[in-house]
Order: sequence, then structure tokens, then C-alpha cells
Amino acid sequence: MESVYLTIVLAPLAAAIVAGLAGSRIGRAGAHWVTIIGVAISFALSLYVLYGIVFGGLETFNGPVYQWAEVGGLSIEVGFLIDRLTALMMAVVTAVSLAVHVYTIGYMHDDPGYQRFFSYISLFTFSMLMLVMSNNFMQLFFGWEAVGVVSYLLIGFWFKRDSAVFANLKAFLVNRVGDFGFLLGIAALLLYGGSLDYATVFGQAEALSGETMQIFEGAEWSVLTVACICLFIGAMGKSAQVPLHVWLPDSMEGPTPISALIHAATMVTAGIFMVARMSPLFEYTETALSFVLVIGATTAFFTGLLGIVQQDIKRVIAYSTLSQLGYMTVALGASAYAAGIFHLATHAFFKALLFLAAGSVIIALHHEQDIRKMGGLKKYLPITYWTSVLGTLALIGFPGFSGFFSKDALIEAVHASSLPGSTYAYWCVLLGVFVTSLYSFRLLFVVFHGEERMDAHTKEHLHETPAVVTGPLIALAIPSVVIGWFMIEPLLFGGFFDGAIFVREEHDVLGEVGAEFEGALAFVTHAFTHSIALYMAAAGAIVAWFLYLKRREIPGQILARFGALYRLLVNKYYFDWFNENVVARGTRGTGKLLWKLGDQILIDGLLVNGSARAVGAISSAARGLQSGYLYHYAFAMVIALAVLIGWFALRS
Amino acid sequence: MDLPILSIVIWLPIAAGLLVLALGSERSLLGKQVALGATVLTFVASIPLYTGFDSSTAAMQFVERVPWIERFNAFYALGVDGISMPLILLTTFLTPLVVIAGWQIIKLRPAQYFAAFLLLEGMMIGVFAATDALLFYVFWEVMLVPMFIIIGIWGGERRIYATMKFFLYTFLGSVFMLVALIYMYLQAGSYAIADLHALPLGMNEQVLIFFAFLIAFAVKVPMWPVHTWLPDAHVEAPTGGSVILAAILLKMGGYGFVRFSLPITPDASQALDWLMIALSLIAIVYIAFVALVQNDMKKLIAYSSIAHMGFVTLGFFVIYSAVTNGGEEGAQLALQGGMVQMISHGLISGALFLCVGVMYDRLHTREISDYGGVANTMPKFAAFMVLFALANAGLPGTSGFVGEFFVILGSFQSSFWLAFFAATILILGAAYTLWMVRRVLYGEVRNEGVASMPDLDGREFFILAVLAVSVLLLGIWPAPLVEAMDETLGSLLLQVTQSKL
Repeated sequence: MESVYLTIVLAPLAAAIVAGLAGSRIGRAGAHWVTIIGVAISFALSLYVLYGIVFGGLETFNGPVYQWAEVGGLSIEVGFLIDRLTALMMAVVTAVSLAVHVYTIGYMHDDPGYQRFFSYISLFTFSMLMLVMSNNFMQLFFGWEAVGVVSYLLIGFWFKRDSAVFANLKAFLVNRVGDFGFLLGIAALLLYGGSLDYATVFGQAEALSGETMQIFEGAEWSVLTVACICLFIGAMGKSAQVPLHVWLPDSMEGPTPISALIHAATMVTAGIFMVARMSPLFEYTETALSFVLVIGATTAFFTGLLGIVQQDIKRVIAYSTLSQLGYMTVALGASAYAAGIFHLATHAFFKALLFLAAGSVIIALHHEQDIRKMGGLKKYLPITYWTSVLGTLALIGFPGFSGFFSKDALIEAVHASSLPGSTYAYWCVLLGVFVTSLYSFRLLFVVFHGEERMDAHTKEHLHETPAVVTGPLIALAIPSVVIGWFMIEPLLFGGFFDGAIFVREEHDVLGEVGAEFEGALAFVTHAFTHSIALYMAAAGAIVAWFLYLKRREIPGQILARFGALYRLLVNKYYFDWFNENVVARGTRGTGKLLWKLGDQILIDGLLVNGSARAVGAISSAARGLQSGYLYHYAFAMVIALAVLIGWFALRS
Repeated sequence: MDLPILSIVIWLPIAAGLLVLALGSERSLLGKQVALGATVLTFVASIPLYTGFDSSTAAMQFVERVPWIERFNAFYALGVDGISMPLILLTTFLTPLVVIAGWQIIKLRPAQYFAAFLLLEGMMIGVFAATDALLFYVFWEVMLVPMFIIIGIWGGERRIYATMKFFLYTFLGSVFMLVALIYMYLQAGSYAIADLHALPLGMNEQVLIFFAFLIAFAVKVPMWPVHTWLPDAHVEAPTGGSVILAAILLKMGGYGFVRFSLPITPDASQALDWLMIALSLIAIVYIAFVALVQNDMKKLIAYSSIAHMGFVTLGFFVIYSAVTNGGEEGAQLALQGGMVQMISHGLISGALFLCVGVMYDRLHTREISDYGGVANTMPKFAAFMVLFALANAGLPGTSGFVGEFFVILGSFQSSFWLAFFAATILILGAAYTLWMVRRVLYGEVRNEGVASMPDLDGREFFILAVLAVSVLLLGIWPAPLVEAMDETLGSLLLQVTQSKL
């Protein structure tokens, strides 16, 4: 099986190299064929592995590929850990990636950087697979940073645009802040766990749970708490949790297929995956779990609110992504890792679908993204419209759709949690359902219904997008609708993740939820009678209908009445303002100060050139002494003699 | 091994240098061919140093030893271990690239230019290969002369100021080292470095000798606050000079610390490790801030070099507290990190200076604001520069990651806060490097100058491609390099943690 795993990873890498280095030789079609074949191979083999692991009795694989380095007895290896968690992630990643590859043929059709784009997305697939398949922290960090770099390259794909190259630098730096924490977490685990290998470190988790370290004088902190919070800071960067979420909305400057693949379905879920993978560590530190819970809940609710005031079609979906990532994080904090991964999987499909549908709208309108210039598109873009409806229903958690299963289970799990912060988290995720429904239907109504606000020229050329675009929409719509039915029982209550995800008995909230679980159908019918979340969602949809279709003047009035609140939302709680004016400016100011004052004035001015000047001054003074006139010397001798005699006389 | 490989790689380039000088600039093409041939041949000759290297021992290999100055009991003694062998290969690997880089660019006195680099190469290898302190010192000092000439003749407008500063700084530093060496010779009766390692020294003597070495090596690295000569020297130096300066000359300082300071004065090193760690962290954090606001690309990379060299000294001097708090494994990790960082920084900074050189040759300016949108007109070049920039920012998969990773992991063994401050390079290093990339490469074509820039020619492409491959290879599979050094560093660690008192 090892060669299968290697092929899964290397096929997209090889394709990326061919498309990247020989792009001009193989041409546009060559580039998309080679990368699509590469990813298709990965996808097929991933399904094969998933099938084998679930039904075929395939053993969990944990083994090295090659030794990366050996330092003083510490061996660092590149290797794979293929268990059910990994197999599921591999299937999700390669499936979405394949859909996006096909879609890109249509979306990037006229772009001069066609081959480069295919090379990048294949490289991304490779990096993401390295991340999820890793069996050690070094490789995890490699994948972690590699997906970040490809994201950097892709957000700035249209590098002529200033906004794009601003956004990609911002994304990279914010992610680096997360990676900074992540690396410290890894270093802590190496110090106390003595290895970079998952299995070795996890094996010591229980023993480590009693150990403490001192960071500040006099305060003993649990080693695992420190390590886990540090690791989670990494997840906050990658999975865009408050306050490191600021890069994700800006990342929409990249081409839409990227928004779907990287900034919705896969890379941003790396943090979720990582925490689930590290569950054997997080389980032993309730402080870290509470931290995760509160950060996730805050992200889930407050970034969702921002989605309501956005006017850019992609940014609405971006804020929705932030909010949904918050949901997944909340699940992790409540120890319902499986629910987090479940939501990750369903979200990957319906959010990729929503992004690609948005992309389809954007293509149809010749790269217009402002929803104020859309409206009534339903009749021009029927396939896009109906797939969007399905995606929206999945997102808001309409009973029976995939998002319903994952989100409802998740909310129930948080409800069952008793960690500090869980009540706050419960309310956040519950109210978040209303918010989700509100912004989602607002988008749907404003874009596809109501009056047509496009200009006449655009309207003339308006027609449904080509099959390479609508095909992936349909392909993604199917799992978005049905996948929940099949997955909920095994994933959450059937012990699917046994051995891959570890939950201590006292944290087993999913067990509590599962005690009342009587099959997927009962879960759906139960929701109609018992779920508060469902009513929240319905309320959101009705409010959206009322405000954006029925009485379109009301939003304006609300806006006038609650100006301060509106400004707070439009300015995104002033995070960007703070980062640009305080952090960035402060950093540059510090740099200038240290350079001018430290290097130029103190070191060079005073010490270096100062000592040169001092030497110069002393020598010219010394030169003045040597005048060459005999009477000067005689005079000096007389004075010296007088001083000496005087000194001797006074002393005795 | 019967062939005196080390002597060959030292004297072959020096002899070729004299030949090129004799040919004169009238026959400059022949001179260039000789220079290229000699440097390539030197590289080929140095390969057995790796293939024939026994990585299971810390002892000196490829040893040569003949009496040199019998009056002083000084020997012409050469040898390599895991510390010096990779540095010699780095030198022989980069010099041919520098010769190719100057091929069409140098119009003024080409014979002297190429001769200077050939002489420099031989002397630099001599520094790394010498196992006799007096021989080491001679190479160490003589090496300044060609570098001095390279900056002073082929440099920019303020080259005289820069050369004076460079020369005074480095020369002043070495004088103290000479005093220390003579003092120890009087005690030990030998200049053999191994004898100096074994020489028992009291604490006071150790501290004085430590500082004498510190002044010499800190200037070379350079460490804060004796770093200000480097940006000036880089800015004025021609591209080839910058490459050699950043890639190899700076490594002499780091090499000095592991070859002399740590093993000769272990107790002083331990007692003063806080000072070295503090200076290293200042180099990493302070200098990173300074790099951020530079407007001159070469200055920016020069400051970035100082920050990255801070990792080298941090890795070397964090070992004492790492051993106490964590264990020997962590200390070795830090030590390895420092060494890998030296090799990797040699490749990456060299590549970045070559990138700046490529742009300078076209537009004759190093100001960031004179560029913008270069990726539009030079896509191949942009791909290389982005790769090297990411490597400079420590991207995993490139060599830049390996050393930083090891040093950060190692410093955490010593203290959380050390690792914390060291790891800020993740953010700051990315900020200054990629901000430069953004302003230089991205955006619309900024002016007519940029619009007229042709993409890489075959010669430039070759040089950058060779470096790119090595940067990637070392990042994906550092094991061969790490393995070659591991045994030597392990025994060094034992040696330096053993008190001489």
C-alpha cells in the first residue's frame, strides 16, 4: 500500500512540475490535462484507500518514507499516517480539488496565466495531502506552510492588481503569526515529549498531563496547555479564527476557483483537521479546550454578522466561511471532534458549490462582483440558480440537507458540554444559525430575484455558463444534498474515528447526543418538533425575504437609525484599521527609529565615525605640538622643569 | 588518499589567479576561460572531500602536515572535519558561479577582477582547512587583501569609504585574535589548533582570550553592534563581491566560534553565554526591524544577512543552557542548526545578491522604488526571485527552513522566551523579504526602464537554476549534510561542555 500512498501524493506534484516548468511547451490543453489526470489519479486512489479502510479491513498505516535528518540520535522522518481521519480528509481534498480543476478550464479560459494557474492548484493539492497524511510534526509544518505559500501565490495570481498583492502579503503575514505559535507548540512537544513523531508524543500525553513549566516567574503552567494553545494559535491563522481572521475576506482577490478550493473547502480547514488529529493532547487540557471553544464561538457569531452588510458576492461567502469555520472550532472545543470533521466535510462540498456558483455568476456578468448590480438572474442562469439554492439550504441547515446533520449535531454537542465557556458558545452557535440564514437568503434574493439591475449591455449577453462550469456545480450539489444521510451515523455515533480521534470519557458529548439518536430519518423529524436551531433558520429566511424582497426600503431605514452599529460592521469591528494603523505603522516606525537612531546616529555616528574623528582631532592637536621651532621646545622644557621642581618641593 | 586534495584546492585557484594576472586584460577572454576552468576544476577536485569523507569520526581527515616555520614550531597543517568540509564545498561550489556571473559584466580590468576572486577562493579554503593556528591566521589576514581590492576598484560611488570601513573593522578585530594566539603559543609551545583545544587555561585567561576572539569573530559574522560595516560594504561591492562576502566571508566568523572560542575557552563561553545570546537576539529582532525600512535592495539583504547570522550565533551559544534544561539532544540540535544555517544562508543570500545584480545590470539602480512590476517583463526571473525570497523567509522545503527550525527547537530547550524571540523571524523575516518582492516584482510596470528589461539570458538562468536546485535539495533532504556534521558536532558538544578548570 505504501506505493499507493506515495502515488497519491506524487501524482499532483509531478503534474504541477510539468505544468509549471513545461507550461509553454505543452500548451494550455496540455497543462489542464496533465494536472487533471494527476489529481484524478489521486482522487481515485484516495477513494480506494477510504473504501479499503472502511469496508476492506485495510490496516492503519504508520510508517516512514525517508529519513529527513538525524541529529544526535533524534531521527526526523518524512512519513505517512493513514487512518480513517486521514482517509476521509484525502477523499474530501482530492474530490473538491478535482471539481475545481475542471471548473478552472472554464473560469480561467482567457487568462494568460492559464498554465501557471493549473500548476499552482496541483501544487496546492500536493501540499494539502502532505499535510493531512503526515505522521510527524516536521512534515505537518511543511504542509502547513506549503499550503500557505500556494495560497500566497494564488491570492496574488493577478499580480498586476495592487489589491491582490496587498491581500496576499497580508494573508501570508497573518498566517505567519499563527505559524509562529504553531512552531513554538511543536518545540514544546519536542522538549517534553522527546520526539517529533505523532505516535511517540501522543503515547506520552497522559504522563505529560501532570507536568508543568514556567513561562512567567512564579506561575506554573501545564505543559500540555501551553503546547496545545500554541498549536491552536497556528490553527487560528490557517483556519481564520478571530483575531487572525482578517486575511480571509481579502483573500477573495484571488480567482474564484481558489476561493472555493483553498479558502473555503480545504486549506482553511487544516486547523480543524490539525486539532482533531491532536485530540490525544487536547483532551488532557481543559484550559486549552475552553480557549478553543470561546475563540470558535466568537468567530462563529461575530463574523457571521459581518456577512450581512457586505456588497461583494464573494465577500459575503467569505464571511460565511469564517463563521462556519467558527462552528467547526466550537465543536473541537467541546471535544466533539468528529462533529467538527463532519461539518468540515459537508461544508467543503456546499461551500465549494456556493463559491463556484458565485464564480459562475461572475463569469456571466463579465467579472462583476457587486451584488447591487445583479438581481433577477434566476431566469438567465437556471442551473447556477438551482444549485445555489441547494447549497444555501445545505448551509443554513435545512432538514435533510447535509449541513443540517452536521450543524444540528454540533449544536447539540456544544449544548451537552460542561466546559467553562460552553454556555456562551451554545448561545453564539444558536444565534449564529439565524445570522447564517439571514445573510445567505439575502444573497440569494438580491442576486437571483427581484429587479434586474445590470446595465443593458451586460443583459444582452447574459446566458448560462458553459458545461465545464455547470458540471462541477452539479457534481458538488449532489453530495451537498445527500451526504449527511450516509455520514451522520457512522461518523458521529458509529465509532468511525476510533483510534484516530481520542475523546476522554468525561468529555464525550457526542456519546450523550448519540444516546438519543435513532437513525438519520428520526433525526430529521425530531428537528421539526424539537430543534430551536430550525426555528432560528426559518426566522432568518423570513426576515431576509421581508427585508430584501418585500419591503426593500427597510434596510435603508435601519441603516439610518443604527448608524453606529452599521459603521462598526462595515468597518469589520475595526480590526483592519487597528492592524494597518497600529501594528503595521508601529512596526515600520520602530524599524525607522532603530535604523536612524541606533545604527546611523549611535553606532555609526558616535562610535565609528566618532572614534575616527577623535583620532583625527588628537592627531591634529599632536601635530600642533611639533612645530619644529627650537624655542617652542625650550619653552616647554622650562615649564616642565618648573612644574617638576615645584611638585617635588611641595611633596617633601 | 594519496593526493593532497586540500593543498590542490587551495593552491590550484591561487596559481590560476597568478596566471590570469600574468595574461593581463589584453587577453581577457583567455583569462576568463582560465578562471572558469580553474574554479570548475577546483570544485571537481573538492568533491572527493565529500565522497571520501568518513562521517563516523570526528577526527581530522585528509590530513597534511609539513614543518613550516620551525623556529615557531608552526606547521603547514591541513585537515577537515564535519565542520569545515561543508564550508569548503560551499566555497568551491559558489566561486565558479561568481566567475560566470561576472563574465560579461566586468569591463574594467577584467583580468585583475577574476584573478582577485581566484586568489580569494584559495585563501578562503585555506582558512577552513588550516589546522595550525598560525597558518589559519595568515590565510585569515591575507584574504582581506583581494576582498579589499574587489570592493575598492569595482565598487560603487562610495567605495573608498566602504573599503576603509571594511578593512579597519576586520583588521582591528583580527589583531586581538593574534595577541590571543601568541599568548597561547607561549603557553602551549605549539600552534596546532588541537593543542590549543587541550591547553588548560584559568578562568581569567579564558575570559580575556574569549573576548579577544569575540572581537575578531563578531566583526566577521557580523554581530550587533559591530555590524554597520556590512551594509556599506555590500552596497558598494560589485555583485560577485557581495555574493562571496555574504555567502562565505561571513561564515568565517561563525567558523571561528566553533573552531576556537567554544573549545578553547569553554568555561568562559559558558559564563558569558548570556551575552552572546543577548547579542544574537538583538541581531535577530532589532536588525529585522531595520531591514524592514530599507529602500536599497542590497542594504535590505545585507541586514537580512545579519539577522540570519544571528541564528548561527544563537545556535552556537544556546547549547549550555539547553544541555542543562533539556538535554544533549536539544543542544546538538541547536549546534546543527547554526551550522546548517551557515551553509543555507550562503546559498540563499548569494542567490538574492545575484538577483539584485541581474536587475542592477539592466537598470543600474538598487532603489526599490525604481522598480515595480518586474514580473511582467521578466517572468522567469521573478519565479526565481520569489523562490529565493521564500527560502530567505524560511519556507519548509527550502534550505532556509532547516537551520531556523533546528535552532528554534534547540532554543526552546533552553527557555521558552529564547525560542519566542528567535521565532519572530518567521513573521519579520517574511515581512521584509516579501514586502520587497511585492514592491519590486508585483504591480503594473512602473516605468519605461522596467518595461525595457529583458528576461534572463542563458548564463543568468543557469546560475540561478543551479542555486535554486541546491536550495530545494537541501530543504527536501538535508540528511546528507546533517549526517556529515553530526559526529563532529557531537564530539564538539562533549568537548565544550567539559570544564577546563
